[in-house]
Amino acid sequence: MSEPNGRGDRALLEVRDLTVHHGQLRALDHVSLQVYPGEVYAIIGANGAGKSTLLRTIAGLHHPTEGSIVYDGKDMTRVRPERRATGGIAMVPEGRRLFGSLTVEENLQVGATYARKGPWTIERVYELFGWMRERRNQRTAQLSGGEQQSVAIGRALVANPRVLLLDELSLGLAPVVVQRIYAMLPQILAAGLTVLLVEQDVSQALRVATHLQCLLEGRTTLEGRPSDVTPAQVEAAYFGLGPEGAKSVREGGQPSPRGVWGDGQSPQEQGGSGGDRSPRESRDSLWRGSTTSSRGS
Amino acid sequence: MAWVNDIIQGILIGGLYALFACGLSLMFGVMKVVNLAHGDLAIIGGYIAVGVIAVTHIPVLWSFVIVVPLMALLGYVLQRTVIQASLDRSILTTLLVTFGLSVVIENGLLEFVNADSHSLGVGNAIITSSFSIGSQITIPYLLLLIFAVAVVVLLGLQYFLSLSRYGRLIRAVADDKEAAQLSGVDYRHVFGIAAAIAFGTVALAGIAYGMYSQFSPTTGTDTILLFAFAAVVIGGLGSLWGTLLGGVVLGVAQAIGAQINSSDQLLAGYIVFLAILVFRPQGLVARGAQS
Amino acid sequence: MSVATETAARSAENYRVTRSRRNVAWTGLGALVVVVVLALFPYVAGPGTDTIMVQAFIILTLASMWNLLAGYAGLVSVGQQAFVGLGAYFVLILNVHSISMFSALPVAAAGCGVAALPMWWLVSRLRSGYFAIATWVLATTVLLIIEKFPSIGGGTGMSLPHTPNLDSAVLEAYTYWIGLAVTVLALLAVYLLLRGRLGLVLTAIRDDEVAARSSGARTGLARMLVFVVAGIGCGAAGALLAISQLIVQPTAVFSVQWTAEMAFAVIIGGLGTIEGPILGTIVYMILQQTLASYNAWYLIILGLVAMVIAIFARRGLWGLVDDHLHVRLFPVGYWLWAPGSNGRRGVIPRRGGRHS
Repeated sequence: MSEPNGRGDRALLEVRDLTVHHGQLRALDHVSLQVYPGEVYAIIGANGAGKSTLLRTIAGLHHPTEGSIVYDGKDMTRVRPERRATGGIAMVPEGRRLFGSLTVEENLQVGATYARKGPWTIERVYELFGWMRERRNQRTAQLSGGEQQSVAIGRALVANPRVLLLDELSLGLAPVVVQRIYAMLPQILAAGLTVLLVEQDVSQALRVATHLQCLLEGRTTLEGRPSDVTPAQVEAAYFGLGPEGAKSVREGGQPSPRGVWGDGQSPQEQGGSGGDRSPRESRDSLWRGSTTSSRGS
Repeated sequence: MAWVNDIIQGILIGGLYALFACGLSLMFGVMKVVNLAHGDLAIIGGYIAVGVIAVTHIPVLWSFVIVVPLMALLGYVLQRTVIQASLDRSILTTLLVTFGLSVVIENGLLEFVNADSHSLGVGNAIITSSFSIGSQITIPYLLLLIFAVAVVVLLGLQYFLSLSRYGRLIRAVADDKEAAQLSGVDYRHVFGIAAAIAFGTVALAGIAYGMYSQFSPTTGTDTILLFAFAAVVIGGLGSLWGTLLGGVVLGVAQAIGAQINSSDQLLAGYIVFLAILVFRPQGLVARGAQS
Repeated sequence: MSVATETAARSAENYRVTRSRRNVAWTGLGALVVVVVLALFPYVAGPGTDTIMVQAFIILTLASMWNLLAGYAGLVSVGQQAFVGLGAYFVLILNVHSISMFSALPVAAAGCGVAALPMWWLVSRLRSGYFAIATWVLATTVLLIIEKFPSIGGGTGMSLPHTPNLDSAVLEAYTYWIGLAVTVLALLAVYLLLRGRLGLVLTAIRDDEVAARSSGARTGLARMLVFVVAGIGCGAAGALLAISQLIVQPTAVFSVQWTAEMAFAVIIGGLGTIEGPILGTIVYMILQQTLASYNAWYLIILGLVAMVIAIFARRGLWGLVDDHLHVRLFPVGYWLWAPGSNGRRGVIPRRGGRHS
């Protein structure tokens, strides 16, 4: 995994072969990614593709069935969510999840309770979002969606994390509000944060991302830099269309060892392991020519 | 006009009920735990006080100095172990486990302490006396003291929850414990703090009850638990002052019931409780955002 | 060929769904044998054991009712003693009016079913914790109201005035058989109810209530039915209590200890399984008989064991049996058979061996 790729010495956050189940349902299937310091890594995909599950597992709210999460060189897979947070991984969860009965300032204060040392303070958050200072004693349940999103981001920032996980910032917000929030991203990044974000709004994600990965039904269908992929490829990967749109691109243009659909397992190897494979069998038979090699590594 | 006297006493005893109730309300509001052993914990506080006084001979009024911290510690430990384990399973499990705890405590007390009633007595002559307003109203100082203590405790709790760091954490965890985790908060520890407060206040209430009246191993469930719950429901969950109001309403209802027929005291209280449950389940002081 | 139809066609061919495994015919026969043996009991055993068995019948009936409430409908009631007391008092009241206590039993059970309706109206909208406390308050209220009537004993209670003029051994035998009948009927009723639509609705509620309601399941009606049936069952047990004790005392029949005992029996035996209450009652009786001379100890131990099991073995002792042996004496669920299995194995993979 430590191929020379011009992105830096060591990945700050690494996900290796992550498989996550919700009961019987396989939400993530051997997903891997590496996020290097200073990058904005975007995960895109349709509803139910597993994006939020990925982020939540990185934050510690889900336990993976297989695979590991490595942060700053240390294996975090068994670490409780609050310890990951104090270690420098902060998440802005899907749907904001503010403390509704607390005021704006109290929400930020909770975020700052176990904060690391760093440039972000409550004051600086007030400077970032101009309206917040005046409304700081208002209960967050009374704010609009966009305002709540800002408070949620602020709450994560005051903890001075090294990695910021943003889960579906655009959810339930008007497009103009979404744009305004994403426009703040450079200011947030200026202090040296690394961002891993999940977005359904593909164009927004492509605009801010330095790297991206597309998920479909829990598997990686596309990976690379926004400049290296065409809209057609993204569309194909997003919706799971034919083979001509599904080409995996790695740094230096080397073909991915893991194959387009993320498993690389030849159809003969897929035995009677229950029902979740059967619809895919017929799909694989159409594209048997595009992948080789065994699963893993 | 003897009933004016009773009503005033009913109001004052509402303070004691509120003191019983605030721990129950806290545990339910923060952790969604209905602690069916809550009343028995008050009685345990009373029995520990009896033991402590017997051993150290400190005055009754000061027994809380030892008993309350002890019970608070017990609360933290019990929460982090037994109650958290049941919470991790389901809400149903916590009901079953706290119910089991209640039965075990009561029967344990019946085994190790006899079934007779105990009273803490009061020890200080001034407290046992009363003062009079006019010719028909006589108010025992003890009752006044208990009411004052209840108000002070509720004020302190209010202050703690609104302004202190841990109070803020408790409110945050009550709103969304997962989001709190994402901000680095170990909610199990915060739950423990809330339980410690609940156990501490109910122990204080148990001592007060022991001074004012008698208790026996079954008083916890016979009397205290239902009164505490009634106060919470009547006043409305999520508001400490609502709990005081609930306690007062309960006390007054009981006083009126006692006037009608001396054996109807309890019945009157329960009927008011049921009426609120049916017609205004959010209580008399409904608070929006809290659970 | 599209993916969807391909899968569907394959499913229809090879997967089968049945109500039970092969072994249930044998269990049915076994149950019949057990009932016959139990019926012959009074002829062989002494009078003391008859009384113990009646106690077991009472607990078993109560336990299966509480299991229905808490294990299947998710209603944790800490006030079932209200129906135990009401059942006992119905018998007393009828007996005061010269009606035989045995004839009074079915009336008492029915009366409790009727009484359950206004009670349900009072508590039905409450969530779990509130529901539990409300049932307890309700039971205490009923006790307080009943204590106000001196004609049925007031606060101290009263013995049944018109007991049949029979030899005591014969009386005990009759009591025993009535108890056996009540228990068998109770278990049968629970089994049939759960096997039918009510069982489906309750399982759906347990899994996801909102989804159940939006699929058209009458969730409110289902819960009310369960509450009423439990009222009837507990009322019958209370009537049986009055018959076996020949005296009805308010604090005894309305004691919350009844709920404690039925709850513990169910939790230990297996919450949410029909077999659980049977196993739990056996454990309860063993503990109670061996520790009888130690007063409150059996309740303490019962309580502690119940707490531990509630946390660590959710489905109780029977759950442990079921998990390892996949035995179901009362088939109320569904079995899914994978293609290729010939009816001897379930879909759940197990290490070797057949299971007949």
